[in-house]
Amino acid sequence: MKRDIPAFSCRRIAGGRAEGEALFSGDDICFYLVEPETGKVIEKGHSLEGRSIAGRVLVFPGGKGSSVVQADGLYQLSMHGKAPAAMIIRHPDTVLVASAIIMEMPLVTGVEPLFYRQAGDGDRLEVDAENGKIKVVKKLREE
Amino acid sequence: MRLTREEKEMLEGGKGKGPALAMKVLTAIGEAFGAEKMVEISRAHVALSNQEADLWFVEKLVEGGAFCRVSPTVNPAYNLEYFKNATGVEPADEAILRRTRSAYKAIGATLTYNCTPYLEKNIPRPGEITAYSESSATPYINSVCGARTNRESAQSALCAAVTGRTPLYGFLLDENRRGTVLVEVEAKLTGDFDYQLLGYCVPKKTGPGVPVFTGIPRNVGPEALMNLGAQLNTAGAVAMYHIAGVTPEAPTVEAAFGGEKPGKVVTVADRDLKETLDTISAPKGRIEFAMFGCPHFTIAQVGEIVRLLQGRRLAVEIWVLTSSLTRRLAEDMGYLEVIESAGGHIVDGTCIDQPCWRRLYGKRGVTDSPKCAYYTRRRGMEFVIRSLPECIEAAVRGEVR
Repeated sequence: MKRDIPAFSCRRIAGGRAEGEALFSGDDICFYLVEPETGKVIEKGHSLEGRSIAGRVLVFPGGKGSSVVQADGLYQLSMHGKAPAAMIIRHPDTVLVASAIIMEMPLVTGVEPLFYRQAGDGDRLEVDAENGKIKVVKKLREE
Repeated sequence: MRLTREEKEMLEGGKGKGPALAMKVLTAIGEAFGAEKMVEISRAHVALSNQEADLWFVEKLVEGGAFCRVSPTVNPAYNLEYFKNATGVEPADEAILRRTRSAYKAIGATLTYNCTPYLEKNIPRPGEITAYSESSATPYINSVCGARTNRESAQSALCAAVTGRTPLYGFLLDENRRGTVLVEVEAKLTGDFDYQLLGYCVPKKTGPGVPVFTGIPRNVGPEALMNLGAQLNTAGAVAMYHIAGVTPEAPTVEAAFGGEKPGKVVTVADRDLKETLDTISAPKGRIEFAMFGCPHFTIAQVGEIVRLLQGRRLAVEIWVLTSSLTRRLAEDMGYLEVIESAGGHIVDGTCIDQPCWRRLYGKRGVTDSPKCAYYTRRRGMEFVIRSLPECIEAAVRGEVR
């Protein structure tokens, strides 16, 4: 059964609205180690290794990587149309925040804890960074 | 965030689209970190990278009429004229570099093309509020100079330079500058190279936080401190550290922790340094080149190469990357002639992570810098990591024994 869950509150970092399928990562992400042509994570040992982040609403702890490579990684993904639709993080860092604003990619943080218990991979997420809301539409599961 | 009338005007486009974009980035950062307001900066350093995103963003600011209120010093790309002559440069690479150079010139940057601004040209006083990107610079500014900067991205530092402002948060505030982890160094620190390994092994042991070191001698030199910060901020995201009895905000261990107890205590022994080296270095054997100057070598380090050479010829090419001032000093002091006649190069305004090194892709070299080895991996360059004396011996023999 498809079911809706009331919207979760969050805090806007980079504005905009986007929707897409949720992809959760337990590890921090360096977008320089994501293949621009495919959107696939190529970092060895990463929990998303081999999976594509293209068009997904990416839910992860935070960014990592030098002052330079994060922005270039996101830029390359955008140019190839393989960037994530939106990003939901727990721990903002200056480098990722600046990169998201510049790339005009919705980025939110401070999502209420219940979200992490109720939403999962494959759910449809509607991120409204402007109004600080995330709507979750649970994916259809085969019973 | 509370913005002044002038800041609001900038954000709303009253000073043009470029400053508006810069202010938009800074207010978003400020809001992300709960900053109440902006503060004026006195200095900035931008980690120019000559990558596509770097060029795209600076050109966008320039097209929007942005000009730096605080002229930032900038990192190197590569010395086009030198490489065209020495090795050749691909036309597409040259075109991008020329655009990068003119965009940074148009925005009013100070074109130092040097990654050690904290040693020359852009040295803050204790307490100054600044915006430095570049992984070796941020920790040096906070820790050794006692000035204040967050761990800026190249773009956020550029926005700060354009607006003359940065949001007040993070390492600009007293409460975030205190130490959180005690690092007791029991390892023998016999030369500058040991500080590379020390810096590289610490973040994994401590996790995130502000390390406070004990066991580092009072007269530790700038090269050792440069190495320590560069590696701390490469292996981890360490924007600040203290050395008890050495750095300005740590007259004592207690002062470094601001009267609080350390959240964690770790020790670093000789075997930690050795294990680190074994993990990050390629195995010994034949090498085809040697690379030095990540971060840029000082004149003292160039002089050490000359002494180590003892008039011998090099079996492989060596590249010594420096600032233009250091290269000029090397020329005046006769070092340049010694190194060139042995078959080596000293080149200014050049970084290890640039397309000018295409001919070394897929080859194996030797370097004294873990950071150099880390950032060149995606270009397929492989490095044996050793101390400078061992690197020079290897370059004379063509082999790391």
